[in-house]
Amino acid sequence: MKELSVNHLLGIKYLVKEDIDLIFETADHFKEVINRPIKKVPSLRDITIANIFFENSTRTKLSFELAQKRLSADVISFSAAQSSVKKGETLIDTVNNILSMKVDMVVMRHANPGAAYFLSQNVNASIVNAGDGAHEHPTQALLDSFSIREKLGEVAGKKIVIVGDILHSRVALSNIYALQMQGAEVKVCGPKTLIPKYIESLGVTIEPNLRKALEWCDVANMLRVQNERMDVNYFPSTREYAQQYGVDKALLDSLNKEIIIMHPGPINRGVEITSDVADSQQSVILDQVENGVAIRMAVIYLLASKIKQ
Amino acid sequence: MSQKILLTSKEVTIILNRLACQLIEKHLDFSNTVLIGLQPRGKYLAQRIQQILETEYQIKNISLGFLDITFFRDDFRRGDKPLEANKTQIDFLVENKKVVFIDDVLYTGRSINAALTAIQSFGRPIEVELLTLIDRRFSRHLPIQPDYRGRQVDAINGEKVKVCWQEKEGEDAVYLIKE
Repeated sequence: MKELSVNHLLGIKYLVKEDIDLIFETADHFKEVINRPIKKVPSLRDITIANIFFENSTRTKLSFELAQKRLSADVISFSAAQSSVKKGETLIDTVNNILSMKVDMVVMRHANPGAAYFLSQNVNASIVNAGDGAHEHPTQALLDSFSIREKLGEVAGKKIVIVGDILHSRVALSNIYALQMQGAEVKVCGPKTLIPKYIESLGVTIEPNLRKALEWCDVANMLRVQNERMDVNYFPSTREYAQQYGVDKALLDSLNKEIIIMHPGPINRGVEITSDVADSQQSVILDQVENGVAIRMAVIYLLASKIKQ
Repeated sequence: MSQKILLTSKEVTIILNRLACQLIEKHLDFSNTVLIGLQPRGKYLAQRIQQILETEYQIKNISLGFLDITFFRDDFRRGDKPLEANKTQIDFLVENKKVVFIDDVLYTGRSINAALTAIQSFGRPIEVELLTLIDRRFSRHLPIQPDYRGRQVDAINGEKVKVCWQEKEGEDAVYLIKE
């Protein structure tokens, strides 16, 4: 019988390849479950989960909530805007208050890198990182790899290019870890100002030219330009960014092969990708969203099975 | 550890044929009946029964599905080992159908209890029956009894009944194993 090597999902960095395989196998079963007429299983009926979002989120929060409800867990959700955090409460106090209401698992998004790790060291509950600053977003990377596996059969040996704002992206870092762990080759592509200085120490290569990057890859993961995290101007204008690093249908059609287009959402239509690319046959953006629920069900199920009664 | 043979290959064949005949007696042409093998071990028995119905009695187009009950079990987080799921493969609805659950051994009845909940995800069956090769008498935790049974066995709790299949273990046989 297999189980995860970790008690929390803090980042892909803390996982081993076997964990990813187990999560994918379990997600396969849950994907079948969520395509049934009745999409719910009772496994987690005695588990309570708190979703704590100190940063805005639509997709991830909904996806986590849906995953938890499809597993029959009891769910409480809150976002920082409505909470006592605004009144000056510390992170540990906030979470401990929630835990004293007998919560077994915490899913947290926070603007500070390492917030989930910090929490796991200080409170007695299973922690799932739903994004910590520009550090990691493990479930997104898992669902991205799961979507690649679904589309191309396996991740090993595939060539993936991550395009755009790598500097501010937790999705990029988690994806790099996850893809490399599974034996894929990773390139990053974007304006020099949005590529971290030491990115090559992670074993990825930089390709400044978008066309060359697309011609090389099997899958292009287009990241959103995170204007909200930019304190200075990293490129002259959105128009210029779109011209150099945006993918349109003409560019896609001019390539010598058919590549897969991914995007973690939310899309800035006309910036990273144009509408006709986002809605094209080559785009798996909506499959990613569906797979997100299955992956999060698998992660929560596997972590919950390690919570002792 | 010692083991005693409960059913030989020949006995298994005779019993499977009898069970198939009992099913025909009740369901005739199986036009409104579906067979559901319970994963993981009921799958082999279900496939055998379907095969006998098709080859020996020329009943074609029998709906056969496999149901995994892992996520519906009542012992999640209660055992030492994590529960491992298997594939559910039911490509039809059971709405208004007669469902026959097929499993190799009926022991506490908890798997069947979970299966009764799990099958509801695929519609509301008009009737559910249970077919098992081995019925371990006196060990039930729930008021569940088979409608079709191969052989009734009296085994105490420390003992294990192991059903072997040609396609999996290389022989058809049933053993009683004492730890």
